Amino acid sequence: MTRQQVLDVYFMEARAKLIDIAAFLDRLDRAPGEPDFRLRAFIKALHELQGEGPNRAEKVLLSLSDPTTEPLAKATVKGATGAWRK
Amino acid sequence: MRYIEPHGHMVSRTTDDYTAMAMAGCQAVCEPAFWAGFDRSSVDGFYDYFCQLTEHEPARAAKFGIPHYTWLCINPKESEDTKLAEEVINIIPKFLDKPTVLGIGEIGLNKNSRNELRIFEKHVDLAAKHDQLILIHTPHLEDKLKGTRLIVDALKSDKRIKPERVIIDHVEEHTIKLVLDSGFWAGMTLYPDSKCTSARAIDMIDIYGGERLWMNSACDWGVSVPLAVPRTALEMKKRGHSAEFIDKMIYQNPLKFLSQSPRFKLG
Ligand SMILES: [Zn+2]
Repeated sequence: MTRQQVLDVYFMEARAKLIDIAAFLDRLDRAPGEPDFRLRAFIKALHELQGEGPNRAEKVLLSLSDPTTEPLAKATVKGATGAWRK
Repeated sequence: MRYIEPHGHMVSRTTDDYTAMAMAGCQAVCEPAFWAGFDRSSVDGFYDYFCQLTEHEPARAAKFGIPHYTWLCINPKESEDTKLAEEVINIIPKFLDKPTVLGIGEIGLNKNSRNELRIFEKHVDLAAKHDQLILIHTPHLEDKLKGTRLIVDALKSDKRIKPERVIIDHVEEHTIKLVLDSGFWAGMTLYPDSKCTSARAIDMIDIYGGERLWMNSACDWGVSVPLAVPRTALEMKKRGHSAEFIDKMIYQNPLKFLSQSPRFKLG
């Protein structure tokens, strides 16, 4: 696909997702209380979008990942939160 | 269109799903053993589940003209209890001679704990001893990168394991290169909110080429789309991929990997 074709196929979808992210951040601002580690991780990952390509998706995923290498002593929960808590 | 669904938890799906998959051209569905959404309380629960996977579900799928195959294991979400996990691993050989069993899976890691890793290695040992194919689940979200690294290291250190007989599933942009460069097959799971969208899966196909790569819906009891593979095929068409290449990605590639088991036969 040419860049023009990529825009034709995906621009509206990406535009909608972009506005959704903006509205999500506004919603967080309006809400009372303190945010947890996920917001900080989200904002940090957002910065990857402004960097140079071509691997922005990979950089966002890496930014949200547990970078450690040693196995955990014990699994105390089953679920994942989507962002790494230091 | 013809396609293979190489990863679907059909015991959690409806007859309407089977009908839709058959109408979309599904030629076979493969069902890895999975966590039920709650912990099973004993080895007997797994015995019953393995009977369901090897006897009842193939019969249900056959009513819709779809051959059903399966993989057996205890899921990493239940591996923290190593005593139960070892009991379950001990009953798996009883089922390995069933005509629709393809191998050991989906094994792997969930929270990347020591016990999970120990049980993963026991499953790999079982597969090696019985010359079985292996299907691997990589952890969710922030745990995926670390888990994929631990899994690849463990597999590489077992010299009996041939990478071309192992598929490492649920890869994303940050794990696909490690998996493919290590000689394994890679699976991309098409989920609405996590793992991989159709667009991103096709991006990875564009970047890494179409070798040793398959796509699946991993449809189960959670939010998932049983027709995700044919939907992605439509998106590939929209992006200008040829009918031959689409067929390779959704039919020929899974056929190539799965045919390493003499049991996997179509038509
Ligand atoms: Zn699965």
